[in-house]
Amino acid sequence: MTTVTKAVPMQDNAAAAKSPNLIKGNTGDWEVVIGLEVHAQVNSRSKLFSGSSTAFGAAPNSHVSLVDAAMPGMLPVINAECVAQAVRTGLGLNAQINLKSVFDRKNYFYPDLPQGYQISQYKQPIVGEGRIEIDVDGASMKVGIERLHLEQDAGKSIHDQHPEFSYVDLNRSGVALMEIVSKPDMRSAKQAQAYVTKLRTILRYLGTCDGDMEKGNLRADVNVSVRKPGAALGTRCEIKNVNSIRFIGQAVDVEARRQIEIIEDGGKIDQETRLFDPVKGETRSMRSKEEAHDYRYFPDPDLLPLEFKPEFVAGLKAKLPELPDAKKARFVKDFGLSNYDAGVLVAERENADYFEAVLSTLKDGTRDGKTAANWVINELFGRLNKESKDVGASPVSAAQLGSLVGLIGDSTISGKIAKDVFEILWAEGGDPAEIVESRGMKQVTDTGAIEKAVDEIIAANPDKVAQVIAKPTMLGWFVGQVIKQTGGKAAPATVNEILKKKLGI
Amino acid sequence: MSKTELTKLTLTEARDGLRKKSFTAVELTAAFNDAIAAGNGGLNAYVLPTPEHALAQARQSDQRLAAGKAGALEGLPLGIKDLYATKGVRTTACSKILGDFTPTYESTVTQNLWDAGAVMLGKLNNDEFAMGSSNETSCFGNVINPWRRKAVSGALSNDKLVPGGSSGGSSAAVAADMCLAATATDTGGSIRQPAALTGTVGIKPTYGRCSRWGIVAFASSLDQAGPIAKTTRDAAILLKAMASPDPKDSTCVDTPVPDYEAEIGKSLKGLRVGVPKEYRIEGMSAEIEVLWQKGIAWLKAAGATIHDISLPHTKYALPAYYIVAPAECSSNLARYDGVRYGLRVPGRDVTETYENTRAAGFGKEVRRRILIGTYVLSAGYYDAYYLKAQKVRSLIKNDFDQAWAKVDCILTPTTPSPAFAAGEKSGDPLAMYLEDIFTVTVNMAGLPGISVPAGLSSQGTPLGLQLIGKPFDEGTLFRAGQAIEDAAGRFPVPVKWWA
Repeated sequence: MTTVTKAVPMQDNAAAAKSPNLIKGNTGDWEVVIGLEVHAQVNSRSKLFSGSSTAFGAAPNSHVSLVDAAMPGMLPVINAECVAQAVRTGLGLNAQINLKSVFDRKNYFYPDLPQGYQISQYKQPIVGEGRIEIDVDGASMKVGIERLHLEQDAGKSIHDQHPEFSYVDLNRSGVALMEIVSKPDMRSAKQAQAYVTKLRTILRYLGTCDGDMEKGNLRADVNVSVRKPGAALGTRCEIKNVNSIRFIGQAVDVEARRQIEIIEDGGKIDQETRLFDPVKGETRSMRSKEEAHDYRYFPDPDLLPLEFKPEFVAGLKAKLPELPDAKKARFVKDFGLSNYDAGVLVAERENADYFEAVLSTLKDGTRDGKTAANWVINELFGRLNKESKDVGASPVSAAQLGSLVGLIGDSTISGKIAKDVFEILWAEGGDPAEIVESRGMKQVTDTGAIEKAVDEIIAANPDKVAQVIAKPTMLGWFVGQVIKQTGGKAAPATVNEILKKKLGI
Repeated sequence: MSKTELTKLTLTEARDGLRKKSFTAVELTAAFNDAIAAGNGGLNAYVLPTPEHALAQARQSDQRLAAGKAGALEGLPLGIKDLYATKGVRTTACSKILGDFTPTYESTVTQNLWDAGAVMLGKLNNDEFAMGSSNETSCFGNVINPWRRKAVSGALSNDKLVPGGSSGGSSAAVAADMCLAATATDTGGSIRQPAALTGTVGIKPTYGRCSRWGIVAFASSLDQAGPIAKTTRDAAILLKAMASPDPKDSTCVDTPVPDYEAEIGKSLKGLRVGVPKEYRIEGMSAEIEVLWQKGIAWLKAAGATIHDISLPHTKYALPAYYIVAPAECSSNLARYDGVRYGLRVPGRDVTETYENTRAAGFGKEVRRRILIGTYVLSAGYYDAYYLKAQKVRSLIKNDFDQAWAKVDCILTPTTPSPAFAAGEKSGDPLAMYLEDIFTVTVNMAGLPGISVPAGLSSQGTPLGLQLIGKPFDEGTLFRAGQAIEDAAGRFPVPVKWWA
């Protein structure tokens, strides 16, 4: 929770000002206002202020240093890699990088917080304002970033192992988190979901967070308030620790509905933290403002202010990977892809890399981006989704798929045959050209062979011939028959041409 | 050489004696072990003597001395304040809340000492978590000053005087010849004030000169390690060995440690010494004023020039200190929660366990400071107290920065009065806090400060003068401190009544 979040909507955000997202209430339309605080675990080998490993899944309390356990006299030392990761993330969010930032102590007692305080950044975060672009229902809009700061994760309390005692696992204690705070710029559950999805994509591109929501490596606190369109901001509630994009959408919808009902019944909203229960489909109160902690923030005297030079930032900037927005624009411009297809391909860096690898195997004359994109998205991703695999585990390599698309491009095989080849590749592997050759799957462009087939079909179906002469749209039936006769290998265009000539239509 | 003669040696004399093979490290250590065994009951300076550990180290020192591989402190027996984590040896900060806590790690400063060949005689008493100016807040009980004051009749009184605090075990043990020298720590005066009250030399180096890693924290932005010793030269030798860069402490500087001992005996010619008018406080006893004037005269005679200076924000230092230090302590001491180590007093739930543990584990003064610190950091009070105190701190630092344009070091009294009797001030926290009035400014500004014994009070008890230096200019303090020592002489305890 960050209390310095400014509840000021972005005035210049045209998409947010329009209101296709209003919620109907008994007293008229309502607008929901959403801001998100995303906690993203920093990809780094060791913790924010100690050398302990951050590896997931180790035995309880096996990755705990003297510092993590807050032994007397222990001192934190900043992990330079975590700082670099935060700066990279800030750059990826088009944000202000603060060359001086300060670590503060946030004081509260809890058994999984060994120091009795969390080291965080309060007034002077490492990253300031920025923005990202999201697409919702085909329209693009900007969402403002308020700030990003570094902080320590807490350990884990385990309450179900013993009837009287709770256990504490400090493996996570001190692991670096980035808290990324958005402006309250979102007006629907869909926008909130699109924001988190896009943020996750950017983090994964940057390699600064793996975005694994199941392991809790990316989780969101969702701030929700409602108001009549054009009215001042309402009182917000913070829904803590929502750990899937689907739940974020559900949590926004049920919370907005709850708040509207309370206000319409003459009540008022209490500012409080709430929990989303996905089973019951409701949010419920965790603690109210009256019980809220006084965290007694003050600058951590064990740490000097974090300062670095512009050259440090420039060095990281020079090595940033191409980010999804730039990649998408390039795919559209260079390969003639639709916005939609380009968007699907860049959603995961691995997918975009796969697509580019497919393209790179194609010869200049056959480098058809659209066909390649179709094959990657519809055939490959479709199949991978069906079998719950990601592209890294694809049985068909980019080189194989590229070779297959090349065979379509130079008319060696038809698209239909290519699907058969794809099945063989999926099940058995192999080289597409060899498969086509050895199994006689090459497209027949030899007019003699096709003419022979056409003649046979015409001879065998005098009644249909009469019909097609009367009604030329019947030609499709003949085309189908001829292709069938050739085992699917006849090129449809050639069949069409010969049929028309022979039938005189 | 008899055992008593051995314990009376200075660190320098003992070092030279060992090198000349006049005696062995084991003989020297055994002499101190005996002195502790005989005298600690009377003074309570040690909370944990470690005679076997000491002898084992001494035997190794003798081997290294014989092999010509002696370190800078080879075979020299020291006492270690119980704030320093010592691997495998109980470390409690003299608080019940740490119970029998035995670290699995060694503080950087003590590791430096063992690497230099030093011998640990045991852990020394201190005010609980270094909070106090009389060593009356330790969970192990009061330390008694080996000095006794004269009654009106002129005879020695039996009043039990305090040795100062928080490093009261360190000052008492050094004054009582129960170690050659001792480690101490100083957050607001905890090295210099006890040194002044026991006739010993104590230096708090510049903030960042010694690593804080492995020293139980009181107020992180003020805490510094330093030595208490019998002579200025001894303090110089010991500080050289204690100080080092340390990547484990972000606030520790990464610059080499100079040879402080080389400063001893250098001329003061051309040294500009400042005398701040703001340290002439109301109610300061006439004998302190006289002592100060003597110090001025000695330094002048040694070749220094004297300059009146002004440190205008001095009067705000003590109130600001008693906001900053408790604020940091309230957070630093949050880790003592009964969950992972130390004392745990169970309750019905976790909140009650915290309450029971911390109520039973912390003494009254520590609880007072935690409460003050929690209050000044609270929402609605932060700006009025903590933030304002930080601003005062900047002004104090600024005062000194301006002074350094005119002078090389500053001379002041160390304390406003000589050693007092146990119980005399313990009921009045404000009177006790005033003990630090001349010393806290130095911590607030992060500067080095040394206290050198300079004379006796009308009651026959020691008084000290303080020299304040520029950042990382400890060398000048040793040089000027030696000049005072040369002029004033040394102040050994006249009557060994405790053993």
